[in-house]
Amino acid sequence: MEDAKGRYYVRFSLPQRYLHWALAGTFLGLAFTGLTLRFSAAPWMQALARAVGGFAAVLFFHKFFAIGLTVTFLIHLADIANRVVNKREWSLLWGPNSMVPRWKDIQDFFGNLKWFLHLGPKPRFDRYAYWDKLDYWGVFWGMAIIGFSGYAMWFGSFFAHLIPGSWLNIALLIHGEEAILATGWIFVIHFFNTHLRPDNFPMDLTIFTGRLSEEELKRMHPEEYERLAGSGGLTAIESEAPPRWLNNFGGVIGTTAILAGVIMLLLMAVAFVRE
Amino acid sequence: MKSCVAALLMLVASAGVRAAAIDCISCHAEKATVKDSIHGSLSCTSCHSTIQSFPHPEKQTPVNCASCHSDSAATLGQSVHAASGGPTCTSCHGDGHSILPSKNPQSTTFAANLPRTCGACHGNAQMAKRLGLQEVYSLYMDSIHGFALTQDGLLVAANCSSCHGTHGILSNKDPKSKTNRANIPATCGTCHSGPLKAFSSSIHGQLLQAGSDDAPVCTNCHTAHEITKVGSAEWQIKTTATCGGCHKDQFATYHDTFHAQVSALGYQQTARCWDCHGFHDILPASDPKSMIAPDHLISTCGKCHAGANASFVKYDPHANSHDQAHYPALHYSAVFMNLLLASVLGFFALHTILWFLRSRSGPGAGPRGSQPK
Repeated sequence: MEDAKGRYYVRFSLPQRYLHWALAGTFLGLAFTGLTLRFSAAPWMQALARAVGGFAAVLFFHKFFAIGLTVTFLIHLADIANRVVNKREWSLLWGPNSMVPRWKDIQDFFGNLKWFLHLGPKPRFDRYAYWDKLDYWGVFWGMAIIGFSGYAMWFGSFFAHLIPGSWLNIALLIHGEEAILATGWIFVIHFFNTHLRPDNFPMDLTIFTGRLSEEELKRMHPEEYERLAGSGGLTAIESEAPPRWLNNFGGVIGTTAILAGVIMLLLMAVAFVRE
Repeated sequence: MKSCVAALLMLVASAGVRAAAIDCISCHAEKATVKDSIHGSLSCTSCHSTIQSFPHPEKQTPVNCASCHSDSAATLGQSVHAASGGPTCTSCHGDGHSILPSKNPQSTTFAANLPRTCGACHGNAQMAKRLGLQEVYSLYMDSIHGFALTQDGLLVAANCSSCHGTHGILSNKDPKSKTNRANIPATCGTCHSGPLKAFSSSIHGQLLQAGSDDAPVCTNCHTAHEITKVGSAEWQIKTTATCGGCHKDQFATYHDTFHAQVSALGYQQTARCWDCHGFHDILPASDPKSMIAPDHLISTCGKCHAGANASFVKYDPHANSHDQAHYPALHYSAVFMNLLLASVLGFFALHTILWFLRSRSGPGAGPRGSQPK
């Protein structure tokens, strides 16, 4: 890959990129180890568990990644709290820089559906499109459901003091089902929406480089571009082109993650059909 | 007094016999082993009774062991081995001139040698096929009994005759057979008295005594010839399915739980049937002595789950999300999750497909980096 040229703008800070790494890494680890349990009857999964060192190792790594993901999640919450409470970045709570859904997201959603069907123009997205917000809040939903049920099972006899024991039956059920939803979402919807769709193919490197080219910013986030251009905010986020090593590095890691996801998806599909 | 006279007479007789024996062996030198055999005190003519004088005719009627061993012969005559072409005395005991007492380690019927003796036929694949028998010899030799007996020389370990008997072996279909289903607990219990005691008062034992055809006996779980150590992961995983062979619903619902998922991945340290229900002493939950009786659940679950309390044991290790009547909360959770999964993934899969098609066909479609419209 050649060195990128032209003007670039920062979209994600380095700590945010690190958090995405941690999120993606622990998620893949959890999915990999968890799927063997969810589809334990499938010979594929049994072979996979053996390859890792048997269930004892699978469970160890599952809990290891679970703690990793929890810590990642808490760091993000602490960061948001810090930026809102201490730095008074109210824009995090409302407006184009916020992940909080707005009326525009609903409009964009229906606008996009119309555009899919050739019934209207392509919506002009701002900094975060509605699918970005779904990705984002999906993590919260997943953390609440999978995280809580997972810890409830891990520390079952402790949680039984707080919840009825029969809820542990429900915990296993929703833990597994929600895990399929989460992996299905990430490996199909997120990977396509963000990386594999034709105008981003083969991969959106922004999460690795932290930067967008001017063209990308204009094309994918026209509202944001114009807003920033009008207010002079563009110069504040202007940056050098990402170095070649970073592009390549991000490409290799990203491709690996996507391949891992697709492989797991296939394994799930095979196991699901066999069930 | 009477026995003294008899002993004296025998002594006199045996002196005469010895002289006669030496005479026979001057021709039949290969039969000299008889002197060291259990029959060494007998004269040749005790068995070869048709020989009255020397020289004797070439052809002799076969020796009849039953003339002395009438009890054994009679029992054998009633046994499964009585069929024509079946084994004769010498098939198991060896040639009459070299028979040793079964306590003698050289004897073919010595405990440690018996499996090989029986295996001469029962380890013979062709014979097994012809008679419709299991080829049990190799199974037995690899079993915990076979290993203990032949490798460790543990002479009390079960050999063939421990379970099947000796001369009076009967088909296991015969109600009098030691290996008939109804008699198996007593047969195994000859050595395993603890399990027998526990089994007899268990629900399985009660059913068996009540004449149930479904009640399992020792061999249903442990098998007959390939009995292995119950601690092995392989055995534990296999035997969970054995319980499930009868308890189909419970096996299916167990399969939906964490305990079973872990087990399927080859992990041994997880709750299996007997960890909660007991094994030889298994009793229904309605029996206050049962491990799963309400009063015992906390201690039973607590064996693995330290700190288990009354709430914790409300977890149902056989919950069935399809059973709306008994598990409404679980059932509707499952329904909700299925709807959520289907609707979210279904809708966004469609969203993705539409996006893909649109991207390829309209404005803004072009390759990455192309100018937007």
